[in-house]
Amino acid sequence: MTINIDSASDRSRPADQPVLEIDHLKVTFATDGGDVYAVKDVSLDVRSGEVLAIVGESGSGKTVTAKTILGLLPETATSGGAVLINGNNVISVSAAKLRQIRGRDVAMVFQEPSTALNPVFTVGWQIAEGIRAHAGGAGGKRVSAKDAKVRAIEALRKVGIPDPEHRVNYYPHQFSGGQKQRVVIAAALALNPGLIVADEPTTALDVTVQAEILELLRDLRDKYGTSIVLITHNMGVVADLADRVVVMYQGDVVEEAPVRVLFAEPKQDYTKKLLAAVPHLGRNSASEGLRERAHQGSPVLVEATNLTIEYPGRLGTPAFKAVDGVSFTVSPGEVFGLVGESGSGKTTIGRAIAGLNRTTGGSLKVLGYEMLNLKERTFKPLRKNIGFVFQDPAASFNPQLTIGDCVAEPMIIHTNPSPAQARKRVAELLESVQLPASYAQRYPHELSGGQRQRASLARALILNPRLLIADEPTSALDVSVQAKVLELFKEIQAEFGFAALFISHDLAVVDILSQWVGVLYKGKLVEQGIGSQVMGAPQHDYTKRLIASLPVPDPDEQARRREAHRALLTQ
Amino acid sequence: MATLIDAPPPTVAAPTSKSAGGGLGRYILIRFLLIFPTIFILVTLVFFLMRITGDPITAAQGGRLPQEQIDALVHQAGYDRNLFIQYIEYLGHIATGNFGRTISDGRPVIEMLAKFGAATLELSINAVMVALLVGIPLGMFAAHKRDKVPDAVLRMFAILCYATPVFFAGLLLKLTFSVGLGWFPVAGRASTTTELAMGRLAAPTGVYWLDALRSGNLAAFGDIVHHAVLPAVALGLLTAGVFLRLVRTNVIGTLGRDYVEAGRSRGVSEYRLVTKHAYKPALIPIITVMGLQIALLLGGAVLTETTFEWKGLGYQLAQYLTARDFVAVQGIVMLLAVIVAITNFVVDIAAALIDPRVRY
Amino acid sequence: MGTTVLEPKKKSLLNRLPVSSHIRQSVGLQRTMLLIGVVLCAVFVVAAIFAPVLAPYGYSQISDDAGSFPAQAEPGGKHLMGTTVGGYDVLSRMIWGSQTAMAVIVAAVLMSIFLGVFLGLVSGYFGGWLDRVLVVIADAIYAFPTLLVAIVMSIAINKGQSGFWGGILACGFAITAVFVPQYFRVIRAETIRLKAEPFVESAQVVGASSARIISRHIFSNATRTLPLIFTLNASEAILTLAGLGFLGFGIEPSSAAEWGFDLNKAMSDASSGIWWTGVFPGLAIVLTVVGLTLVGESINDLNDPRLRGRKAAGAKGAPGPSTAAAQSAIAANVRGL
Repeated sequence: MTINIDSASDRSRPADQPVLEIDHLKVTFATDGGDVYAVKDVSLDVRSGEVLAIVGESGSGKTVTAKTILGLLPETATSGGAVLINGNNVISVSAAKLRQIRGRDVAMVFQEPSTALNPVFTVGWQIAEGIRAHAGGAGGKRVSAKDAKVRAIEALRKVGIPDPEHRVNYYPHQFSGGQKQRVVIAAALALNPGLIVADEPTTALDVTVQAEILELLRDLRDKYGTSIVLITHNMGVVADLADRVVVMYQGDVVEEAPVRVLFAEPKQDYTKKLLAAVPHLGRNSASEGLRERAHQGSPVLVEATNLTIEYPGRLGTPAFKAVDGVSFTVSPGEVFGLVGESGSGKTTIGRAIAGLNRTTGGSLKVLGYEMLNLKERTFKPLRKNIGFVFQDPAASFNPQLTIGDCVAEPMIIHTNPSPAQARKRVAELLESVQLPASYAQRYPHELSGGQRQRASLARALILNPRLLIADEPTSALDVSVQAKVLELFKEIQAEFGFAALFISHDLAVVDILSQWVGVLYKGKLVEQGIGSQVMGAPQHDYTKRLIASLPVPDPDEQARRREAHRALLTQ
Repeated sequence: MATLIDAPPPTVAAPTSKSAGGGLGRYILIRFLLIFPTIFILVTLVFFLMRITGDPITAAQGGRLPQEQIDALVHQAGYDRNLFIQYIEYLGHIATGNFGRTISDGRPVIEMLAKFGAATLELSINAVMVALLVGIPLGMFAAHKRDKVPDAVLRMFAILCYATPVFFAGLLLKLTFSVGLGWFPVAGRASTTTELAMGRLAAPTGVYWLDALRSGNLAAFGDIVHHAVLPAVALGLLTAGVFLRLVRTNVIGTLGRDYVEAGRSRGVSEYRLVTKHAYKPALIPIITVMGLQIALLLGGAVLTETTFEWKGLGYQLAQYLTARDFVAVQGIVMLLAVIVAITNFVVDIAAALIDPRVRY
Repeated sequence: MGTTVLEPKKKSLLNRLPVSSHIRQSVGLQRTMLLIGVVLCAVFVVAAIFAPVLAPYGYSQISDDAGSFPAQAEPGGKHLMGTTVGGYDVLSRMIWGSQTAMAVIVAAVLMSIFLGVFLGLVSGYFGGWLDRVLVVIADAIYAFPTLLVAIVMSIAINKGQSGFWGGILACGFAITAVFVPQYFRVIRAETIRLKAEPFVESAQVVGASSARIISRHIFSNATRTLPLIFTLNASEAILTLAGLGFLGFGIEPSSAAEWGFDLNKAMSDASSGIWWTGVFPGLAIVLTVVGLTLVGESINDLNDPRLRGRKAAGAKGAPGPSTAAAQSAIAANVRGL
């Protein structure tokens, strides 16, 4: 590996000495409910040119650990132990010294590129701010604005922004999501730090963009020898990029191992459970062995023919076509998986079927009812046959009502039951979704995310609907919780026998549940077919790219897939 | 007394990058056109509210003149006709700049507006300068020191500024600095000599310190500033308290954003994070809301002018109110409505221009 | 995570009352400010209710058994805060003034809450042309100086003169005209935000009627901020009332005591060095408004995770549901703070 000459010469260190050393780190937060021990005892090190992944679910303390490396904890936090970067203990150095370390020795890449960039300054200015904050050059003088800009252009070029001389004067909103993340990485690279802390760098991105950013990070490591601390919950990303993995759980390090060892033979129970919960494309496919579409024969529940949905443009701008000429059917008992990246129109279709969005062209028949020119009064009786599960379990319950009231609401509206009947039915349903009946008296905030999503499922199913629409029902959940909810969904679907439209951006999740899968791209249904066939032998170019971009949680398999992906792109 | 902390939902959404190309121009045009319904609504409301319970002549002269004479006057002025017809007529008049004649001293309202408007403008400019100079730096400082003692002190200061009615602040300032210490004059815009000098100028703007500077009369300028201090402070502090809180809240909001954290992670100093990285994005809501403070300022100006016998529109308004001369009152209220509508337009455009998402 | 107000737990009534629950969750300086505010408000309310007992003399009393009160007497002796040029006892008028102020606040705020909340809910939920018209009207009034709105209203109601109840009602109506657009805006914005919340959509999906959605799901969530708006607007009501009184547009001195009016009469005293006639009613206004503002601001800050004391800021990511920030941000969207 090569060390970048122009900057790293003064900080060159013996290859075996760690770039970062964390020794018995402890972080405590003062909160209303007393002290919270976010990080209990973490020790790890990162060597030069190494990618260390810290993985864990929410509450594991991985993000807090990452912030500690740059001294970015809020004032309510107290930390103990040591975080050594180039001989400086970040926890105890002075504020002035800490500022010197930040950006020069260690830099950060954030999760959400659109919020990590200041909307009212040009990207060049923002990158230059970091450069000018540090005395540059030999004499320790401030860097002039002109020089800083030159270096900002250089940084943009490094991360593959085309035409950086021109783009350096762009504002963040003029870049796409993936480009924004490149700019964030460029800002981190501006002073050639030896270490980059990347906090969920691809979580906010679509899977095809994620592949590009992972590629870029790998390049940085290979070309400049930059060490990377990769914070993530995504095992596929870990398998793709990491050299070594630290697994965290509730503030402690559970296991640490080279990436291949960890995936091949995890030692700790928690790691095993975590890995088992990760959906793996191509395994557990719901359509395994299917040769033709199941559940055909009875009249379809949903029939879209050339369905078009437009959002009117503002101030006379042309309308935006969210859904463009889509045709598909959903039959009774069938689970139809709808996959697509952001902006593909998948959510719009789901909402249109539930009458939350108006259709503007073509035809959409739901339970025989034509949704074009929907009249709420005539559609209302049909609503009892449709259930809906929303993405965000926290927001989909009225915070003022108990879970019991929320779950019973569809019943109260449509069948006017006695309070006792309603209570009984709610208890039955809660049991079906494996929640104690006593939870009916609780308020939504007293449940965890997974529990709320179960309750949401109970509400959707209380009237025994013939069709269930689930819009990204597990994407807000941790992977182990997701696994349980998916399993529950599968069981209940088999038991109740409803048809479902399962909407998700996650191919692996869709494949686990759906026999029939449709792939949406920019409002068009580019491909549909039996799940395992679409995933295994995609026909459309976009589907091929999409599937090739998805990192699988297996380092060796992922290395092969990466090569295939590269080949696909260079074709 | 409009004070918001967060920007209100705009009536017309500022365009975003999606509608790039002509988006800004169209936004300015639409926002400009929106001035007219605003003014129209205010004109209509004020007209009907002030006339629904009687005519202005009876209100002004009722009890002082015999009823027949009043009736004759009312008939002569046309106030006994159908209210709706009078309304249409009134609209026609104000469209041509004719606001009628005052009842108490028989002057054309428009002339009175022109004569006293400049004084109010001058007071408002002075007060806004005080408010900006005090409010913005202190607000940033409070945000930087949030939840610490300086922050609490500044917030108390801001609340006191807002809680003190302008006329009470004026009274306290007068008692302390004029009556007690004798540093500043008790009332008025300028001494008699200066007033005379200003009256002799060929083409005065009416804003005294500007006129004094233009004519090179430094003695007069000193005298004018001397008179302007207390009223400007009284009215300025009222708005300064609001500005302080506005800046504080919004900067605290942006200080918590990822991009500030990102700047910090690159080694940018806290001072620069507050004054640049957090302040500029906070400016968009701040400016919008500051625009709405014009209403607070003008309301305050009425009271300040009365307190300091500053002969502007507000002072006249109080005089006409006492004289129950509602024609004059209506004229002043109308003019202030127009000023408010136009200022808000300018401010909204300024806020839009700061936002690169609108510009590009 | 300290979103007690947003997410009602089954607690005792005391803990669920707006102000007391806020005192419990506040810390440090924030708590001090809140407590000062509560004490000032309590003094104000007590003075208003018990004015007949507390005040040494009537508000329009200029003599007692011992004869006429002296004019412009300095503070001390029989008249703790001195007397005015007309011989009124300053202390008594100060105490009686709180009664007037409170009557106006109650009248104005009650009227505007009913109208504003109703219009806001309907306009925000149904949208359409009615919404557009109401918004343009509300915005026009909203951008206009409140004092001028109040002046125009009081001219419309009684040509600017009246006795106690007439005056209270006139001032109340005048201030109502100022507040309705504010409540309207706040509730409408909340309604529009809530309408897009998944829990409202999930009610729509199951076929709940508009009436049911508004009453069961939106109303209780949108009106959570009313205690806050109330305190903020109450302080503005006092200032507007004082402004009207100062311009001689309030309540006649013989029918009630009104702080702004007294200040107006005191202006001419100031140049001759007589300070007590103005300073005391002025202080009464300032302290009452400070009290109300402190309470309102503290509630607002405690509701807003962005502004809450750092001690409360949680360890992990975004504290509380996303609605918390939006909700209290809108609460802050009130004039009069």
